[in-house]
Amino acid sequence: MKTTQTGWLGRFPWHIAVFLAPAVLIYTLFMIYPLLDSIRLSFFTADDSGAISYAGFANYVTILGDPEWRASFLNALYNNLVFFLVHMLVQNPVGLLLAALLSLPRLRLRSTYRTLIFMPTMLSVVIIGFVWQLILSPLWGISETLLYYVGLVDWFEPWLGQENTALVTLSLISVWQFVGIPMILIYAALLLIPEDLTEAAEIDGANHWHIFWHIKLPLILPTIAMVSILTFIANFNAFDLIYAVKGALAGPNFSTDIMGTLFYRTFFGFQLQLGSPTMGATVATLMFLVILVGVLFYLFGVQRRLRRYAM
Amino acid sequence: MMKKLISTTALTGVVVGLGMSAAVADASLTIESWRNDDADIWNEKIIPAFNKVHPDIKVTFAPTPPADYNAGLNAKLAGGTAGDLITCRPFDASLDLYNKGHLTDLGSLDGMDNFSDVAKSAWQTDDGKATFCLPMASVIHGFIYNKEIFEEVGIDVPKTIPEFMDAVKKIKDETRYVPIAMGTADQWEAATMGYQNVGPNFWKGEEGRKAVIDGKEKLSDDAYVKTFEHLAQWKDYMGNGYKAQKYPDTQNLFTLGRAAIYPAGSWDITTFNSQADFKFGAFPPPVPANGDECYISDHTDIALGINAASPNKEAAEKFLSWMATSEFAEIYSNSLPGFFSLSNHKVEVQDPVAQEFVSWRDSCKSTIRNSYQILSRGTPNLENELWNVSAQVLNGTMSPEDAAAKTQDGLAKWYKPQM
Repeated sequence: MKTTQTGWLGRFPWHIAVFLAPAVLIYTLFMIYPLLDSIRLSFFTADDSGAISYAGFANYVTILGDPEWRASFLNALYNNLVFFLVHMLVQNPVGLLLAALLSLPRLRLRSTYRTLIFMPTMLSVVIIGFVWQLILSPLWGISETLLYYVGLVDWFEPWLGQENTALVTLSLISVWQFVGIPMILIYAALLLIPEDLTEAAEIDGANHWHIFWHIKLPLILPTIAMVSILTFIANFNAFDLIYAVKGALAGPNFSTDIMGTLFYRTFFGFQLQLGSPTMGATVATLMFLVILVGVLFYLFGVQRRLRRYAM
Repeated sequence: MMKKLISTTALTGVVVGLGMSAAVADASLTIESWRNDDADIWNEKIIPAFNKVHPDIKVTFAPTPPADYNAGLNAKLAGGTAGDLITCRPFDASLDLYNKGHLTDLGSLDGMDNFSDVAKSAWQTDDGKATFCLPMASVIHGFIYNKEIFEEVGIDVPKTIPEFMDAVKKIKDETRYVPIAMGTADQWEAATMGYQNVGPNFWKGEEGRKAVIDGKEKLSDDAYVKTFEHLAQWKDYMGNGYKAQKYPDTQNLFTLGRAAIYPAGSWDITTFNSQADFKFGAFPPPVPANGDECYISDHTDIALGINAASPNKEAAEKFLSWMATSEFAEIYSNSLPGFFSLSNHKVEVQDPVAQEFVSWRDSCKSTIRNSYQILSRGTPNLENELWNVSAQVLNGTMSPEDAAAKTQDGLAKWYKPQM
């Protein structure tokens, strides 16, 4: 028999709340609350005994106003931007290219390639850092020998140790590790394109090149945009590879210092530099703001203009 | 990062909180340390020796990798999950822990009078009123060299800097060995085994170090420029691709017999004893000219304190008092050649290379690293700056004058006596 309840309680869609609850609770407890709490902490300052007191925007004024702090903050921001641009210009185009190659109709060993290219993504960053340091090592590495075989040994340099090459080298190592992610996402999007569309184009006389540029690419643009914003977020949160390879002082001369390593040094301290949780929280909040601005730009500037097609 | 950090500390807090209430019953001690290399020696020699005297106290040695130690320890102390005994870094890192109430005052501890004031100075408040860690050991800087290569090339141990430069030139010209094994990728070797190793001969050890603290001398003075100039001379004699060479690479380069001279900390002796199958010796940093007085960096490096929140303080004090005895000094100095006990007990060091290192205490004047006391309290951090500029001088991307000027400018930004 159907029970009839009246009033607000009866009309409230309880099932929605129940289904949302697990995600909302876990997300609030482990993401939203810590985030808000670290923003709160950034408005405090600690004295010698560790007691904290409210300081308003003093920490932000220090980081953005004090010449020392501003120089290291801007340096980290700039390096992070370079890190991101290398990913955008290398990782995502290469990922797209690999996905396009994988979706060629008459490709053999498709799943083998797919697995091999995706594999580094699943390895620990520490292993990636260690392996690449060995490969590139001027003492024991094989890269010098390999260059010797192709007659380019004069091009060999200790790339990881030079100010002008270390950051790009590390970025490329990270690209090598993560190129599988754009590849797999774009590949999945390409698979979703119905064959009638490409067949119809073929009948109309289009070649592979035309089909890719005029049919497939517009259809996967939303995926490419999503990959870009994921790359942005991941890059501005990056820390582990730099820390594993160059340590928290991100040398030489801070040329590989990114927001994550700057945060680490500030929050935890380093060697004789004492850690400051409040200053660290300020750096973390600034990182959050940089990412927030990027994501908002994407949401309002890019995503709304993307045209989606029903397939 | 932030998000993860906070949630994990909260979680470990809960877990360890449960564990602590269960462990209170019997006296057990946990030692926090960054010396993960020494775990075997603690477990097989030191702790069993202690248990012969105090069988009722169970001691666990729980090390963290050196690079993570300070960060990890601070998080554990803040979360109330740190061990009962805390291995102390010298000077400000530990002073900060004491000021925050994480370490107890050990002034009245039995056995504290076995240590000299110099030994204790690294773990005291600025006014010297409270001592919060029991000094364990110091490390000495110098150069370790491959005796077989020296014989093969026919060179003697260099006593002065010109002799040193002649020796490395000869090795470079006549053999394929790497004259100086050092890399700049990790940066700290450049500052610690470079600048702090050879520098005291230029700035006259304690005299120069104290003069900078008092504001009477500047880090841009002649002595410091000369230190960097000497370092800059090394770069032609370091291995191929030294800019990407890390500390373990350097150690391997030397222990494989491919390098002649290794700018060293005495702690390297243990590693080399187990890995090098050739004879090696040591010499102190060469003096600028014949007849100059020699100075060595004899750095108070490691001590042990009691966690103020420890529920087993009595047992912890018993352990520290035992560490002040000659028995501990004997075991420690001989199982870890290269870590020299700071106590006043007369200890016979067995290892020949370690003996060589410690003998310089009689012939040269001892000092500590000049960036450690007081001078690394501000922003920019002097120690970080020294790593950075020393590595740059060795890389050839910064001139000795600029390097000295940069450290002085950084110090003058916040340190009143230097303003």
